[in-house]
Amino acid sequence: MQSQTMAAEKLSPAAPPADAAIAIDDVTLRFVTPDGHMMTAIRDFTMTVARGEFACVVGPTGCGKSTTLNLVTGLLRPTTGNVRVMGNPVTDISRDIGFVFQADALFPWRSVIDNVAAGPLFRGTPKQEAYDKARDWIGRVGLSRFEKHYPHQLSGGMRKRVALAQTFINQPKILLMDEPFSALDMQTRTAMQDELLGLWSGLKSSVVFVTHDLEEAVALADKVYVLTAGPGTVKSVYRIDLPRPRVMADIRYDPKFIEIAKVIWNDLREEVQLGQSRGLQTGH
Amino acid sequence: MTAISPTEQAASRATSIVAAEAQARARLRKRHALVIALRLAILIAFLSLWELGADYNIIDPFFFSSPSGIWEQIWSWVTEGTSQGPLWQQIYVTLEETFLGFAIGAVGGIVAGIILGRNKLLADVFSIYIKIANSVPRVVLGSVFIIALGLGMASKVALAVVMVFFVVFANAFQGVREADRAMIANAQILGASPMQITTSVIIPSAMSWILASLHVSFGFALVGAVVGEFLGAKQGMGLLISTAQGAFNANGVFAAMIILAVMALVVEFLITRFENYVVKWRPAPFNEQGT
Ligand SMILES: Nc1ncnc2c1ncn2[C@@H]1O[C@H](COP(=O)(O)OP(=O)(O)O)[C@@H](O)[C@H]1O
Ligand SMILES: [Mg+2]
Repeated sequence: MQSQTMAAEKLSPAAPPADAAIAIDDVTLRFVTPDGHMMTAIRDFTMTVARGEFACVVGPTGCGKSTTLNLVTGLLRPTTGNVRVMGNPVTDISRDIGFVFQADALFPWRSVIDNVAAGPLFRGTPKQEAYDKARDWIGRVGLSRFEKHYPHQLSGGMRKRVALAQTFINQPKILLMDEPFSALDMQTRTAMQDELLGLWSGLKSSVVFVTHDLEEAVALADKVYVLTAGPGTVKSVYRIDLPRPRVMADIRYDPKFIEIAKVIWNDLREEVQLGQSRGLQTGH
Repeated sequence: MTAISPTEQAASRATSIVAAEAQARARLRKRHALVIALRLAILIAFLSLWELGADYNIIDPFFFSSPSGIWEQIWSWVTEGTSQGPLWQQIYVTLEETFLGFAIGAVGGIVAGIILGRNKLLADVFSIYIKIANSVPRVVLGSVFIIALGLGMASKVALAVVMVFFVVFANAFQGVREADRAMIANAQILGASPMQITTSVIIPSAMSWILASLHVSFGFALVGAVVGEFLGAKQGMGLLISTAQGAFNANGVFAAMIILAVMALVVEFLITRFENYVVKWRPAPFNEQGT
């Protein structure tokens, strides 16, 4: 048991309150594999994200992190249990949701400004207004000089900035991120984390940020969910009481940060080892 | 020994870089000129050998024609017209059939490819029939079309259409299937309707596949039109070839062939221009300076 003076307070998973931004209540999801078998991706999964809260999800590869996010978008439906977003059951892809992907999901045939304007244009905003907004958001991520460039002409970090602008321009109340920075080098990742926190503090959306990097999770989050190796379920939840605003380049040397990371790592380690040994068995 | 100040050093380095660049450029220019000169030399050697061979009867000009004979034939077609009317009219008729067939076949192929590519059930159901239809030798259909549609333009257009359709369909279908899933999900979450996904994600990502097929299939459309004319027509380059063949006029056959080749090259050039214009977002290939 952790003492209450510590920054990482272990929470007991409880049934989600009605006013939560995201409420996943006792959800199990099974896939039907192409050869007709059932495969459980996540089981008895309960998770709550309050309005304006930044939640991170860590867990070994294949434990169902991406699946969890897709339940919130409505791209996947639970087999049992229910998922609510802003108090309403998820039926369709909600306009309140923004999603940043791990892989490059920009449209390569569109210039930076056309990529960023895509969301408002899809949603029927008049052209002039959409492009004015896009120019504003491109400025906020510091890419004004690159409006007319195509994605292949940008570095990986710049493309991620475009992806952030593309998502934030819709001003999502719910922001889902699936290992968005895992392909970036260390310095670029730190810069992007700062960028993200800056944008988020302006918008105060509720965030679910998936990562396999525990330090990234602790640095960013109000709350960290540790998942078990697949089929995934919540192993433990920690509240991270590090003060904001946080500076990513410095926070990793903060003794409190190190202490928290250690505590959670003790929890996560077994699962990672379990996930790896399973991966070896199944040849992943 | 004299000391060189840093600025002097930098200046001399800069001039040596400029000189080296100029040298490299000159080398590239020289090589380019060499390639063109060698190409011309081979063409001239080939034509002269052919001409000389024909003059000395090593190559029988009755069967294999000769460059001067072909040239005379083309010149007489240009100045006096062909037995079926002016040369430009034959070219026009064939081009018209080709373009009509190409346009109908390409649009049909693209639309069918996108619909089946987007709908798994339709794809599973129709794939077997498309495979069967695709395995029918297309030229044989030419006879069917001439019986059904007559000696006019319709039968040639129909043959060109079937020549083009399957190639474009196969590529459009593949292109739609290869569209990146993350990109589609991204568009969906950004707020795109199914129709918007088709127009702003599926079609652009299938575009390079479709354009590649347009390249090949224009040639097929031309073959369809010419073969159609060959099988039975009142006008066109194919009829010109078949008339020349009937009269054992090798010059005529070769002359028509060369005119067709030039037509195909001109259109190919135009399609490449169009392609570069449409997919200007693509990174430049590494061998850009190669040609
Ligand atoms: N569409 C699908 N069909 C079948 N199985 C799937 C599908 N998507 C994911 N899975 C399986 O579900 C499990 C969880 O996947 P995922 O959520 O992508 O894991 P993570 O993101 O944590 O790495 C994995 O074992 C994966 O193979
Ligand atoms: Mg994943």
